[in-house]
Amino acid sequence: MTALRWTVSDGLTLVGRELARLRGAPGQIVTLLLFPAVMVLLFGYVFGSAIRVPGGGDYREYLMPGLFAMVTFTAVHGVMVRMAGDASRGVMDRFRSMPTARLAVPFGQTGADALGGLIFVAVMAAAGLAVGWRPHRGLLPTLGAFALIMLLRYALSWAGVHVGLAVGDERAVDNLAPLMLPVTMISNAFVPTDGMPAWLRFVADWNPVSALTAACRQLFGNPGGPAGNGPWPLEHPVTAVLLWSAALLAVFVPLSVRTFLRRGR
Amino acid sequence: MADPMVVAEGLHRHFGATHALRGLDLSVPAGTVCGVLGPNGAGKTTAVRILATLCRPDAGHARVAGHDVVREADKVRPRIGLAGQYAAVDDMLTGRANLRMFGRLSHLTRRVAHRRADELLDRFGLAEAADRPVGGWSGGMRRRLDLISCLLVRPDVLFLDEPTTGLDPRSRGQIWDHVRELVADGTTVLLTTQHLDEADQLADTVTVIDHGRAIATGTPDELKATIGDRLDVTVADPAALDRAVTVLEALTGAEPAPGDERLSVPVPGGGLRLADVVRALDHAGVAAADVRLRRPTLDEVFLRLTDRKEAVR
Ligand SMILES: Nc1ncnc2c1ncn2[C@@H]1O[C@H](COP(=O)(O)OP(=O)(O)OP(=O)(O)O)[C@@H](O)[C@H]1O
Ligand SMILES: [Mg+2]
Repeated sequence: MTALRWTVSDGLTLVGRELARLRGAPGQIVTLLLFPAVMVLLFGYVFGSAIRVPGGGDYREYLMPGLFAMVTFTAVHGVMVRMAGDASRGVMDRFRSMPTARLAVPFGQTGADALGGLIFVAVMAAAGLAVGWRPHRGLLPTLGAFALIMLLRYALSWAGVHVGLAVGDERAVDNLAPLMLPVTMISNAFVPTDGMPAWLRFVADWNPVSALTAACRQLFGNPGGPAGNGPWPLEHPVTAVLLWSAALLAVFVPLSVRTFLRRGR
Repeated sequence: MADPMVVAEGLHRHFGATHALRGLDLSVPAGTVCGVLGPNGAGKTTAVRILATLCRPDAGHARVAGHDVVREADKVRPRIGLAGQYAAVDDMLTGRANLRMFGRLSHLTRRVAHRRADELLDRFGLAEAADRPVGGWSGGMRRRLDLISCLLVRPDVLFLDEPTTGLDPRSRGQIWDHVRELVADGTTVLLTTQHLDEADQLADTVTVIDHGRAIATGTPDELKATIGDRLDVTVADPAALDRAVTVLEALTGAEPAPGDERLSVPVPGGGLRLADVVRALDHAGVAAADVRLRRPTLDEVFLRLTDRKEAVR
């Protein structure tokens, strides 16, 4: 029982560390708040001027679920960088040589990312509302969509913890950043997948980014949701996101914990 | 009386094909400073990591503060502090925030963690910078912060891996003073270093390791005694250097270490009288600016020890 208490308490200390880092860098708070708004404007008005929404409707209505999904995925990189940074600077070793609860480090890191994600998504939603995006299906489905976003983000952050620790070198992890873009772009986030070549479309349809986008479109009642003739993950997007999250957690929680405990052994 | 604070017996550790440790033995009595000397790659960091519970040995065992570092790692951790080879602090946090965080993670209450952070920042001369992010601090300040991060809960055993590498002499002196204070308070310290004068200044005992094994152990004086005294001769005129070499070779039977004007030779077992040296030089027509007998530096001991090892293999 005391072990659990320390895990929670140390985890919270590490979440507090992330907040303290922001306090030390006010510029970053501005970026954190501005970036989602800029993305909404950029994608909304640049792409929005050229892309026709399948089945009609406003592009910004179509776009917002895609943007939510995109930031959910790109956030993984931040987690990787943080973990690899701590590993390469010896901070991780210091934690491991202290009486700190063993599981607090990965749990604290993923918890902190979830908190940051909540703020980010809230700002993005506000920006979306400002440019005319609306959820149409009432409170519960809307909350359900945000819950799915946070769930998948949390599950993905565990993958980030594992990769960051396993690579253990901040610069090497930095080099993975360009990979994030194609992963999010080969999806239905910004354009429908049916115009893509068959092989690319297959990848895009099964991309978890697409599942999350489709789930959000369905739950928000935005255009581009399940149409009755798509591939399985896009027809049952909520189930697909739940399955993806469960699978990621089942694989990466034990794997990350193991990597953390065994580091340098 | 009491058991040593740190004991390692036959530690082995390999990384792939590299044998970092091949049967390392170490023993550090409570309340003393042990200096671990060794060239690059000798296995110093690996040894410290094993003792600080970060890494497991392949064979052999070690006890720190009375507990086995593998089986009872949980009992070892609250009693040790580790300052690694690089300052392990969060650059984006202020110095104070770093210390508070490490204090909380060492399971101090919030109030105590805050108080200890303030106390230590004051005592180690970091109070002024304390509220600026550590990323903008100088190397010496960061190292000091790294050191005091280990002191929030007063450790029984402190491991310092090259605590002053890359520091200017002033910062180095400050770290030395802090280490002396800690030892005066009863902390046992194991420090690795490549600076022999550091070991000379701080260590009660020195263990020289090379290729993952201890090759000599003793007080700095004992180690110096093993290679005997040195005779240094400075010639007034460099042209006379060759003749001086001949004289010294005849006197000591050893080839002098080459220098521009100064020659240095080990003194043979039977000893030498300064007067004999001066007379012999005079006889050969060498004008000596300076002739002196002295204890060897730890540097010379170190070079001799690690050298001889090379020659044997
Ligand atoms: N995690 C690791 N993976 C692979 N090899 C390692 C690892 N850690 C140490 N080694 C190797 O083990 C040997 C001993 O390394 P160690 O860091 O203990 O030496 P050191 O005495 O601390 O050297 P230095 O003075 O350079 O700090 C080296 O050859 C090193 O390359
Ligand atoms: Mg080292």
